[in-house]
Amino acid sequence: MKYGETPQLIKEDGTRLDGRKPEDPRPIHMEVGVLENADGSAYVSFGKTRVLAAVYGPREPIQKYMVLPDRAILRVRYHMAPFSTGERKSPAPSRREIELSKVIREALEPVVITELYPRTMIDLFIEVLQADGGTRTTGVTAASLALADAGIAMRDLVSGVAIGKVNGVLVVDIDEVEDMYGEADMPAAMATKLGLVTLLQLNGVLTKEEFVQAMEMAKKTLEKVSEMQRKTLLEKYSSVLQV
Amino acid sequence: MAEEKTIVLPGDKLNGSELEVRGLGRNYATYKLGNEVYAALPGVLEISEEKKVFIPLENIYIPKPGDIVIGIVINVGLSYWTIDIRAPYNAVLTAQEFLNRPFNPANETLSLYLVEGDYVIGKISSFDRFRSPFITLKGSDKFGKIVNGKVIEIKPSRIPRVIGKKRSMINMLIEESGCDITVGVNGLIHIDCENSHLEDVVTLAIKRIEAEAHTSGLTDRVRSFLKEQLSNS
Repeated sequence: MKYGETPQLIKEDGTRLDGRKPEDPRPIHMEVGVLENADGSAYVSFGKTRVLAAVYGPREPIQKYMVLPDRAILRVRYHMAPFSTGERKSPAPSRREIELSKVIREALEPVVITELYPRTMIDLFIEVLQADGGTRTTGVTAASLALADAGIAMRDLVSGVAIGKVNGVLVVDIDEVEDMYGEADMPAAMATKLGLVTLLQLNGVLTKEEFVQAMEMAKKTLEKVSEMQRKTLLEKYSSVLQV
Repeated sequence: MAEEKTIVLPGDKLNGSELEVRGLGRNYATYKLGNEVYAALPGVLEISEEKKVFIPLENIYIPKPGDIVIGIVINVGLSYWTIDIRAPYNAVLTAQEFLNRPFNPANETLSLYLVEGDYVIGKISSFDRFRSPFITLKGSDKFGKIVNGKVIEIKPSRIPRVIGKKRSMINMLIEESGCDITVGVNGLIHIDCENSHLEDVVTLAIKRIEAEAHTSGLTDRVRSFLKEQLSNS
């Protein structure tokens, strides 16, 4: 490979560098209630991307000027731990983290029934422990699990996944390398039961047909992710059904 | 048992006109979309021949007038105390309410009576989601500052189980242990016993109720647990 050349990300047999088929997500692991002090918490990993989410509230707002008279405010802090990347990341919030906090907040606002808790504040902390691509979508997935764990009223769970285009092939759940050298990166989050797309970004170029196909792939994967989220929550309450 | 129990999660459809929602968070546990009713909180759906009952498993305590609550003083003001009642809203206890006489902040200071960290039992007198909840101490001789015994915390969603159907569980606890037990709807329970050993046993019993809240025959099991523990001592 020469300098400036795109590496071969799809092998000759059609599989990706880590052996996955284009439509396969990485191995997904989910846990809820992992933190004792938080009102709700969740840990989600997509392959090597590992994210911890914690929810506090609804609680009395710290700054009174922030309150809204008719609903709760949702505060989201997406943060990457200094040790989450190959090279140390400064712990100060970067421009990217501030933007992603906003994007994740907007991905969750349509499902959280904030009107039930007027004049309060819901704090959501998303800590990326290890970054390997798809941190914002993993963050959204963890955050919605943590909100359900906290007992905050929600219309549906939100799940996220990033679709990418590498070497001209659409692939599901791209990792760091595919994100870096690929042609396009499209993170998406959906409330699958409601059929709502709550987060959609696109970095790179997709044709109209590719976009439609990518959305279809995202929808298919997210239904599976959502099923896993439900399974994780069901496991937490399984003891309830045992007499 | 003719009842069928399933767990439902936010977004699951709970259709059926004869749906009954029970428990503390019943006003917050479901939402309507079109003509359908959906769950907004994780909960148990009990389907029997006559009806469907939905009981939320997680919820947040939202005050409502008439609730008996236990709170901690977190701030002493000029003419009122701010009380943390483990709700999204802090409650207010006025000096007039506590002292039961007119109060002039120019002559007296409130820290003589209650300071930060003191526990108070009271009743929510008013709350309309636009103003903070107010606490009244009228209505029972138990209301006021807690001076002895201990206060334990459990999940607010488990409180109905600690009280039981027609107070069966709480009456059994009081009968068996001989302690004075006051349950705050916000998840705090005040236990006042003859000795600390009894208090510990009652605490264990309540923690057991919290852990096994959704099992049947719990009252009898807790009764035998209490008897066993008390006969050992």
